[in-house]
Amino acid sequence: MSTLTGSTGRGDRRGILPWLAVPALLFFVGFAVVPLVGVLLLSFTTWDGIGGIHPSGLTSWRAVLTDPGLPHALWVTFLVMAVSWAVQTPASILLGTFLAGRQRYRAVLSLIYFVPLLLSSAAIAVAYKALLDPNFGLGAGLGTEWLSKDWLGRPWLAFGVVVFIVSWQFVPFHSLIYQGGVQQIPQSLYEAAQLDGAGRVRQFFSITLPQLKYTIITSSTLMVIGSLTFFDLIFVLTEGGPGDATRVLALDMYKRGFQANLMGPASAIAVILVLMGLAIALLLRRLGGRDAGDSQLEGA
Amino acid sequence: MEIHLSRRTLLGLAAGVPASAALAACGSSGPGKGADGGTATYWHLSGQPQEGVRTGAVERFNEANPKGQIEVTTFENDAYKTKIKTAIGAGKAPTVIWGWGGGTLRSYVEAGQVDDLTPWFDQNPEIKNRLFPSSFGAATVDGKIYAMPFESVEPIVLFYNKRVFDDVGVEPPETWDDIMALVPRFNAEGIAPFSLGGQSRWTNMMWLEFLFDRIGGPEVFQAVFDGEKDAWSHPAAIEALTKVQDLIKADGFIKGFSSITADSNADQALLYTGKAAMMLHGSWSYGIQQAEGGDFVSGGGLGFMNFPPVEGGKGDPGNSVGNPAQYLSISSKASAEQKKIAKDFFATGVLTDEEVKEWIDTGAVPIAKGSEKLLAESESAEFLQFVYGIASNAKTFGQSWDQALSPTAAETLLDNIARLFQLSISPQQFTDNLNEVIGK
Repeated sequence: MSTLTGSTGRGDRRGILPWLAVPALLFFVGFAVVPLVGVLLLSFTTWDGIGGIHPSGLTSWRAVLTDPGLPHALWVTFLVMAVSWAVQTPASILLGTFLAGRQRYRAVLSLIYFVPLLLSSAAIAVAYKALLDPNFGLGAGLGTEWLSKDWLGRPWLAFGVVVFIVSWQFVPFHSLIYQGGVQQIPQSLYEAAQLDGAGRVRQFFSITLPQLKYTIITSSTLMVIGSLTFFDLIFVLTEGGPGDATRVLALDMYKRGFQANLMGPASAIAVILVLMGLAIALLLRRLGGRDAGDSQLEGA
Repeated sequence: MEIHLSRRTLLGLAAGVPASAALAACGSSGPGKGADGGTATYWHLSGQPQEGVRTGAVERFNEANPKGQIEVTTFENDAYKTKIKTAIGAGKAPTVIWGWGGGTLRSYVEAGQVDDLTPWFDQNPEIKNRLFPSSFGAATVDGKIYAMPFESVEPIVLFYNKRVFDDVGVEPPETWDDIMALVPRFNAEGIAPFSLGGQSRWTNMMWLEFLFDRIGGPEVFQAVFDGEKDAWSHPAAIEALTKVQDLIKADGFIKGFSSITADSNADQALLYTGKAAMMLHGSWSYGIQQAEGGDFVSGGGLGFMNFPPVEGGKGDPGNSVGNPAQYLSISSKASAEQKKIAKDFFATGVLTDEEVKEWIDTGAVPIAKGSEKLLAESESAEFLQFVYGIASNAKTFGQSWDQALSPTAAETLLDNIARLFQLSISPQQFTDNLNEVIGK
């Protein structure tokens, strides 16, 4: 249709285009804005989830902000975020770069690597829990001493296990992103580098990595924001334990809201999570610079 | 779990979950629309063998009452706890609400969500008189009965593996000191003294329930339940908490207990496979070990006893704790017709002779009086008569703490118990933390 590209269609497009956004906007308002406002309002109330909702000013916020459990939950959330980012990013970049090669077997490999992402977090947690059981798990079954540790019963081990499983689950996804990113890098750059005598390592650090800058920011944003919402895996795996060693903020919110019947404080935590997510997303976008949204494709 | 999380939908998680409950609560103030006029709805727990008995009772009732049908939906235990709460909060409760009584029932009552059944029990004294009197405590809020006790009584029992005791050449403990003396004997043989599914938290709680009672008597927890200020700081409480930590420090529990869950029955497996010598658990564990333990129960490997006394303790060694019964309430939002069906079901469909027999076949003691003869004839006669004896002879049969307290206080309790068993807080910190939520 020439109207979409020709200059004569320009007027029509201006008239119709904004209206095309209406369905999406309605969904966004209905499923994001309204609940968000609802949660904000709830955080200024006292509600046990069953009876009436009573406005109570700042009581819930005060309860949450003075709770010694909050700094701990924030710390654990941050730690899971930081460590899983630090583990996932290099692994994903290396794997993604490797998979971007053109040999046929790599297509098969990338398919295999992708499998963990297809499993549900709850199923993964149940499976790992069975494998790591100190008495009936893999270690006990094979009779290997080093494998039959109390993986989920010691605070730091449990934390390590959570980070490991999260990485195992999501490295495939980010590898896929990096694979796409690497494949977009113009071959001419590598050819020029080869003429200049650069080796593969040099090519990786001087061309691949800088060219992946925006991919790294996109992937990191997804990773970091996503890690704020880790809930299902940890809930099934450790329930926040041992003690409160893996009690992240999202889990803390669930426990307050649905186990302790404290909907007000749970909503306050929900608001804190939203604000943290927004702040981090904005920060990462800033990091990417103003042109982060522009296409990096040659000639586009 | 009913919550599906995508990793990237931050708003969906942070905002959607509590808010959707809130919206649902605002949106429908009308009566539960789960069924049309002639049908009452009833939610209960899945999982055999209990599920079969529950649905069997409903099927018989529906057959006998073609005009007033009951429609059943079943849920897995933990999912049910969240689901029923949300449904009641949203005004979408089923007509008949299955529950544990105690603090949760109280929160329903305070929100005006369940009907007062006192007048109905007064009009039908024969129904009330058929049931264990001790089962009504957890159904009563401020002197009024809001639930019908039914199903079975489930005291917490000290199970032990007779074969392991024979191998090591020791006798079952008669006092707390015996327990502490047994610990090194079993550890020396590479057998864990006690199995424990510590990640589930309520499993650890059973130890405190007994120690509080044996050392200080039932008054100690009663004071907490009554909302007395600083009730957790009772000297008997500190002593009980210290004794539990002593047992943990002496390696009384299996290595890695805090990563074992009770839901998967791994704790039971430790006992019947002989990896652990003893286990404190609900009487329902008997049926599980019978079903999963091979010839362990039928071959006479399983021993059971009430929790032993503590030297110098004030509590009666016959006292017990656990679930006095399960409970059925009627949603106040149900239609008059639905309520009538529910009451008919309570009167003629619950704990019928047939159901009583079925409960006994599953290794449980139904709370209907006069089943002694059936218990004696049962395959598991020895165990059932033991449970019946505990239930009917206990001077005090305390309800499990997490059920007796409000959900808010219970969550703090379970959290602090997990920390206490991790040795990351002292008995003193435990009591301080819990004193803060008394009466909440």
